[in-house]
Amino acid sequence: MDDLASLGLRLKAAISEAADLDQLEKARLAALGRKGRITELMKGLGAMDAAARKDAGVTLNALKNEIAAAIEARKAELEDGTLDARLLDERVDVTLPARPGQCGHIHPISQTVDEVVAIFGEMGFTVAEGPDIEDDWYNFTALNIPPEHPARQEHDTFYLPGERDGQRAVLRTHTSPVQIRAMQAGAPPHRLIVPGRTYRCDYDATHSPMFHQVEGLVVDETTHFGHLKGCLIEFCRAFFGVDDLPVRFRPSYFPFTEPSAEVDIGCTRQGGGFRIGHGDDWLEILGCGMVNPKVLENCGVDSTRYQGFAFGMGLERIAMLKYGIPDLRTFFESDLRWLRHYGFASLDVPSLVGGLGS
Amino acid sequence: MKFTLSWLAEHLETEVAVPEMVERLTMLGLEVGTAIDRAEGLRGFTVGRVVEAKPHPDADRLSVCTVDTGSGTVDVVCGAPNARTGMKGVFAPVGSFVPGTGMKLKKTKIRGVESNGMLLSEREMNISDDHEGIVDLPDDAEVGSPAVAVMGLDDTVFDIDITPNRGDCLGVRGIARDMAAAGLGKFKPLDVQPVAGAFESPIRVHLDLEAEHADACPYFVGRYIRGVTNADSPKWLKDKLLGVGLRPISALVDITNLMTIGLNRPLHAFDADKVQGDIHVRMARPGEKLAALNEKEYELDIEMTAIADDDTAEALGGVMGGMHTGCTGDTHNVFLESALFDPVRTAATGRKLNLTSDARYRFERGIDPTFLEDGMEIATRLVLELCGGEPSELVVVGGAPPWQRAITLRPDRVQGLGGVDVPRPEVERILGDLGFELGEENGALVAQVPPWRGDIVGEACLVEEVVRVHGYERVPAVPLANETSLPRPALTPEQRRHARARRVLAGRGLTEAVTYSFMPSVQAALFGGVPDALRLVNPISSDLDVMRPSILPNLIAACGRNADRGFSDAALFEVGPQYAGDGVEDQTTVAAGVRAGDAVTRNWAEQTRAVDAFDAKDDALAVLEALEVPIESVHVTADAPPWYHPGRSGAVRLGPKTVLAHFGEIHPGVLRRMDVKGPIAGFEVLLANLPRLKAKKSATRPHLELSPFQPVERDFAFVVDAGVPADKVLGAARAADKALIAEVRLFDVYAGEGVGAGKKSLAIGVTLRPTEKTLTDADIEAVAGKVVAAVEKATGGVLRT
Repeated sequence: MDDLASLGLRLKAAISEAADLDQLEKARLAALGRKGRITELMKGLGAMDAAARKDAGVTLNALKNEIAAAIEARKAELEDGTLDARLLDERVDVTLPARPGQCGHIHPISQTVDEVVAIFGEMGFTVAEGPDIEDDWYNFTALNIPPEHPARQEHDTFYLPGERDGQRAVLRTHTSPVQIRAMQAGAPPHRLIVPGRTYRCDYDATHSPMFHQVEGLVVDETTHFGHLKGCLIEFCRAFFGVDDLPVRFRPSYFPFTEPSAEVDIGCTRQGGGFRIGHGDDWLEILGCGMVNPKVLENCGVDSTRYQGFAFGMGLERIAMLKYGIPDLRTFFESDLRWLRHYGFASLDVPSLVGGLGS
Repeated sequence: MKFTLSWLAEHLETEVAVPEMVERLTMLGLEVGTAIDRAEGLRGFTVGRVVEAKPHPDADRLSVCTVDTGSGTVDVVCGAPNARTGMKGVFAPVGSFVPGTGMKLKKTKIRGVESNGMLLSEREMNISDDHEGIVDLPDDAEVGSPAVAVMGLDDTVFDIDITPNRGDCLGVRGIARDMAAAGLGKFKPLDVQPVAGAFESPIRVHLDLEAEHADACPYFVGRYIRGVTNADSPKWLKDKLLGVGLRPISALVDITNLMTIGLNRPLHAFDADKVQGDIHVRMARPGEKLAALNEKEYELDIEMTAIADDDTAEALGGVMGGMHTGCTGDTHNVFLESALFDPVRTAATGRKLNLTSDARYRFERGIDPTFLEDGMEIATRLVLELCGGEPSELVVVGGAPPWQRAITLRPDRVQGLGGVDVPRPEVERILGDLGFELGEENGALVAQVPPWRGDIVGEACLVEEVVRVHGYERVPAVPLANETSLPRPALTPEQRRHARARRVLAGRGLTEAVTYSFMPSVQAALFGGVPDALRLVNPISSDLDVMRPSILPNLIAACGRNADRGFSDAALFEVGPQYAGDGVEDQTTVAAGVRAGDAVTRNWAEQTRAVDAFDAKDDALAVLEALEVPIESVHVTADAPPWYHPGRSGAVRLGPKTVLAHFGEIHPGVLRRMDVKGPIAGFEVLLANLPRLKAKKSATRPHLELSPFQPVERDFAFVVDAGVPADKVLGAARAADKALIAEVRLFDVYAGEGVGAGKKSLAIGVTLRPTEKTLTDADIEAVAGKVVAAVEKATGGVLRT
């Protein structure tokens, strides 16, 4: 039996000393191959008597299993070593740049529209739309701006050669004609906003021939000037993200509202910078008022029963203020550097739940 | 509208400080643009008396003045020609800052003589351009006292933006009335005592207007004043006009300006000796010319109101007087006009002639129709006071058109519309102070509108007046009441699609642009052109002269500009309008995009690749798929509009008629004409053509069947004629066994050696997904046979072996 023990030791030593899979195979053959030492000893069992064969068989089988396990273990060791070597060989320079991909952007005007819709949507407004090419009646007359009214001259209207129902075709100078279309299309109550393109024949540092406005209209039986204030104060604070933003309603004049107001928000220019919020100064951001009864009547709405408010604001203006964009004209230049700098990620969809853009 | 605090004080007794006044005026709707303290920076200057002025020993043009400053005497070297012994001037001591020169005064030596301060010119004080000499103060000015007080500069100039409805505030008095109503002071009465006429005016006035033009000038008041002397105005009047930015001209002219600014009563003064015969108010004759007071000649038309003598037009009613009858230093007899002109016609005339004036500005906003005679009396007194002379009796022709109206204000409307509870007595006080006469009927207020408030036409106007004067800031803000506690969707399904198209394209690496709705007609012609109805009458510039028939050209031009800046691989999109005509239905929303240059930019890992039609196709299909178009039902045809490459473009269609999108490489000829380097691939998804979404479709998805059986993949290659569209092979294969074939993908296109001339090989992979049992070899062979048969039948091709 001593022999068997020393045989086991020798065989295991050969296995553990095998430097590669070839040598390990040789060691396996030497032990368990057809002519291997253990195989030979197994063959010798047949010549023994039953009792001796049983004892020797048990011992020999244990050794055989032990050797087989040692071979498997060594094999796994050698294979891991080979893999490690290959992996080392496969090393790449991970500081190489990633494959190029293009990242798209949402234009600040679209983002601003989405923000405005998100806020007013929470207050129960729906979005209405109307054509860019309007006629005199929708753009002016129905809004209580008669032909020679000074306010009509201030609009710098673009004209087109055609007519609609005897009314001159114009590019709408504001989104207000959609008020008229909405009131003609359905009976009150109305609660809608109208974001859209508007046009005025003016081009300088602070004017662009095309710009965007958002119009608002609420018509029902009870909405009054206090609601107008509540609604717009809430909007301004939500949009600019300043909970206690000072908002001032200042009497003004629009032919289509009565009473009319311009809305200022608080700001400061101290220290050369500009900041929205509490400060020493005011900044005008929108015009509003109670819908003029004449406008209601022009749309076939009974002004003795219905009333409400309307407002309009420049989307570029509020975007410029919120995002610190210095020049109105750059909005339409499609300069990639600008679009990437001021643009928004496609997944940055504004909502009051998820937060508005910042 | 500019006015000074001192002018305001003539009509309003007030103790209110300027900063509060600014705030309150603005909150009254009279927005203060600026309120400038005229004396700012000048308060350190005092009245100095030149005790002696001697020539400078070393310089011909300089003098050395010994100045009594009130606290001592100093020597000042002075270059002014009018420096002389005994005069009083504005003394600036050493150490003071001279605003006109921007310098701080130092003690200095000028050509060897010490100078201790300065005697200032108006330019050095920064109050005018006058640098002819130093300021000459009146003899009674107290030496050592502040010069600004003596010069009438201790005053504040307000500049107010008057909204178009508040014509009544284009006179200082109107502003004072509003301020008084707002509790900012006491409104002073106006002295309108008539002046007795001494004779009958030799010039009579005729309103020669046909009935249809009668409203052009319904009311004319004139007065002849003989024996006047029209010299320079006195200092107080000049200062008053200068204070509000008007140039003094002569006493008669200055009086008309004073009446305009102070009382909102524009007047015109004719040199009576230059008027031939009588004054006729008539419509101008065709082609009639007028040399106006601004030294320009205007050609009048028959819709303009002329104030003529027996011969010709001498003034343009409500707008401007004429040179010929204008008052000069030689004027001895004057005929004053105080008339009423139609706002609409005045505005139209001024606009047609591109002629603005203080009178036009006021007449077109509407003027008090009852203040013609009182205004004339006040003006007469001023003329008599400043120019002497003897007045005629008034010449009064026509009369004020009916202006009286009563408006009922129901007691609950201030709260109901204005949102604030103003007690009845306060409502009555406010309206009363604004000039309304109040009565009562069935508990409601009945307000007689004052003649100067043409803008007050209904109950809402009265509510506005009450709330405005009461203070908008006192209206409590209340939240809008919501009908439902949770809001409903703000967007219609179509609007949601537009928003989603943007997000999808931006997610695919394109950057959103917002470009003008107009574009150059030359470029529009390359994209189908536009009808004449879309040609702007008054474009902002000749290269923005038509409404765009397509968004693509603006995006292509933007690619060109970006390439010039070094970004040649731009990928841009826009979701916006395009126009086929000027009708409401002609405007449609399109999602258009372009990719320029390389689709894969140069990098270490992959081959670069130029953009091609399939980039654009991919974008277009991605939009359609995201917008819930049944993408398995669309098909692609090889026809696209002519601005695309004729062989590398297509249309995405749904059914035989509906075109959902165009895509392809932009025609190189179009790019050449636009001077933009290619290649550029583009697409236009015609969102209006998409099948409409149901407003309320069910959110429930169809039942999902997941097969437990192993899918099988088989590849086939077919040799077909080169002209056979790949779509046909794919379609035939898909249709070969709809139950088993889950997917067919084309993975190789080969033409060349081995497939024969005029042929190509298309290789497809077909995925079989059994739902009932695992497929046997025989099953698979059977389906494969069907695929081969179907493709061969549909395309005339053969299985490549």
